Amino acid sequence: MEHIISVTVENKFGVLSRVAGLFSGRGFNIESLSVAPTLDPSMSQMTIVTSGDERIVEQIVKQLNKLIDVIKVVDLNESDFVSRETALIKVHTKAEDRAEALRIADIFRANVIDSTPSTYTIEVTGDPKKIEAIINLLQPLGIKELIRTGRVAIAREAIRPAVSQPKKLARE
Amino acid sequence: MKLTGSEILIECLKAEGVKTIFALPGGVVLKIFDMLHQQKDIEVVLTRHEQGAGHMAEGYAKATGKAGVCLVTSGPGMTNVITALADAYMDSVPLVCISGQVSTSLIGNDAFQEADNIGLSRPCTKYNFLVKDVNDLATTIKEAFYIATTGRPGPVLVDIPKDVSLAKTEFTYPSSVSIRGYNPTYEGNKWQIKQAAEAIMKAKKPILYVGGGVVFSQAAKELLELAEMTQIPVDMTLMGLGVFPGEHPQSMGMLGMHGTYCANMAVHYSDLVIAVGARFDDRVTGKVSEFCPFAKVIHIDIDPTSIRKNIHVDIPIVGDCKAVLRELNQILRATVNGNQKDLRKPWWDQIREWQQAHPLAYQQEPDGAIKPQHVVKRLYELTKDRDPIVATDVGQHQMWTAQYFKLARPNRWLTSGGLGTMGFGFPAAMGAQAAFRDRLVLCVAGDGSIQMNMQEMATAVVSKLPVKIIILNNRFHGMVRQWQDLFYEGRYASSYLDTTPDFVKLAEAYGAVGLRAGKVGDLDAVLKEAISTDKPVVVDVPTYPYENCYPMIPAGGCNHEMILEDPPELKQRMAGVPSTGSDENKDTILTA
Repeated sequence: MEHIISVTVENKFGVLSRVAGLFSGRGFNIESLSVAPTLDPSMSQMTIVTSGDERIVEQIVKQLNKLIDVIKVVDLNESDFVSRETALIKVHTKAEDRAEALRIADIFRANVIDSTPSTYTIEVTGDPKKIEAIINLLQPLGIKELIRTGRVAIAREAIRPAVSQPKKLARE
Repeated sequence: MKLTGSEILIECLKAEGVKTIFALPGGVVLKIFDMLHQQKDIEVVLTRHEQGAGHMAEGYAKATGKAGVCLVTSGPGMTNVITALADAYMDSVPLVCISGQVSTSLIGNDAFQEADNIGLSRPCTKYNFLVKDVNDLATTIKEAFYIATTGRPGPVLVDIPKDVSLAKTEFTYPSSVSIRGYNPTYEGNKWQIKQAAEAIMKAKKPILYVGGGVVFSQAAKELLELAEMTQIPVDMTLMGLGVFPGEHPQSMGMLGMHGTYCANMAVHYSDLVIAVGARFDDRVTGKVSEFCPFAKVIHIDIDPTSIRKNIHVDIPIVGDCKAVLRELNQILRATVNGNQKDLRKPWWDQIREWQQAHPLAYQQEPDGAIKPQHVVKRLYELTKDRDPIVATDVGQHQMWTAQYFKLARPNRWLTSGGLGTMGFGFPAAMGAQAAFRDRLVLCVAGDGSIQMNMQEMATAVVSKLPVKIIILNNRFHGMVRQWQDLFYEGRYASSYLDTTPDFVKLAEAYGAVGLRAGKVGDLDAVLKEAISTDKPVVVDVPTYPYENCYPMIPAGGCNHEMILEDPPELKQRMAGVPSTGSDENKDTILTA
């Protein structure tokens, strides 16, 4: 199952490789990873999208906590959260397709951030499904280049259930 | 007054109470060595190879419970010490390794003897630091010792570029450290401890499964109290040996792949496994899905990642073994009522039955080849009154020593468990000897593994570390040969080592004492001579080469399904081998 883990780390050199090494050394997969400083410039916030069964994710969370440069780890799947991803999509546009490209961008509330006679660069933000959807629609026009940021996520401040379901580990 | 980085390093080490470091110089650490040369508080043991320095620091740490310190140069110095760091990481040994680095301006330029020390050591250290500014040095050293010795201990590397060791700054040593991402839990959750106490009171067939964590948290006293109060038998892991007295009637000895029959049966059929400072390693659990299938599991460990890593745990308690056991004992003292001995009688009857059915055993014929187990047993009998420190390398001799050398106290046992590093024993013994100059330090080694760090004999002689090495010389990589006999139809691929070198002459060449016990009858006299010599001694004991170490749980097997003796097909194959185990027929052996 896919998990989004939010990790607060020290903002210093070598931290990213410690986190990445934790995953690679155990054969865990990182699907996406984004890092940027927090309000406090001495810390960075990482959003890691990974997958695995409960046991693997439990180990990932524990191992992350064990890293000395890791200050806080939150498995966002334990609560309600919102996640967003941004994609920059450079689309080939023949003259007859240009209107169609703009229409698609409009439907997805995407912006055209660069334009040449033969291309549009479209910026779109949303949840992964939305990104997939716009990519699917633009693909017939011809996507020249595609860059995705990977997801960032944040816990919702909504009312949460008072008691979370106890986690059960299947016995091997 | 301003001090250079090198002087600051030395002042920091002094402030941390370091008396001995194990070191080998090189270009970028010359300034540090120069300053070490001009002071008297810290003794420098010059090793002959950086791996030796690392293992010596480990031996020092295991015997004293304090952080061991080693100092190596950049590039090859660093790569050579990696094995020791990895070993310390697996066995949670507190170690501070100082490595030299090329000047900061050259880092990344492929300079002479440059290596990415931080990158190389990252997966095998608890933490590592590159000191880029001399102003950070003192704080970094303080943090390094703090991280190495607290929580689950481990090795920490401090990489010091040459220019940092030369640069000057005002020196102040911080009195405390605070690292926001590192706050080990010491006190266990009280509610969980209460649950554990209740489970212990209810259990009919409980077993304590204790490991190296109990040694490092110095909780032997608390463990003894718990075990005696509740009359629970005690299984020890390889790393835990000595933490519970080996001769105690409640000691089951070691469990796991080469553990005693009784220790493995007890854990398999128990209804409550109380794991303390142990990590359910595959050499202990065998087939993990069938490990202690009837038991509830209580797991006490300072490292949350150890809990539920390998097996399901019913009552996890994250905390320091000593603190948790103390708390647990307090609750139990108030609740234990009635005679626990009577209460647990059926369980003990069963255990005694197992013990009698298959005790550790070997057959020593008076005129046959010397059996390796016999050597360990005699060594134990002859030295136990002197409370020796015992180091081993890795392999059959290690398992036999674990089985037959019944240590009475913790911090006497130096062995490489997790990484299984051949060549560990001798330098580790020297590290312990450097910490305790007056104690008897033994190293039981194999003829294969001793050759992996034999060069340190020069260190032992020059630095006057009178370690006694007993080589169980079976002319084989014995454990490899055993597996080949059991699982590869006796094809001895690259396991026969032949009869070279002559260890007696080799010892003498180094200026140490070399002895040989060629016959069973000579053994006691030779061992006595060795332990009464005040120089490093090598005792070469040619042993029966085809002795196998039992009980044995084949890798991936279940704990109650032990091999207890040579299987019939093996016996048949070995029928023609003379009991003297001579090498005369080696050509036929090797071509068989």
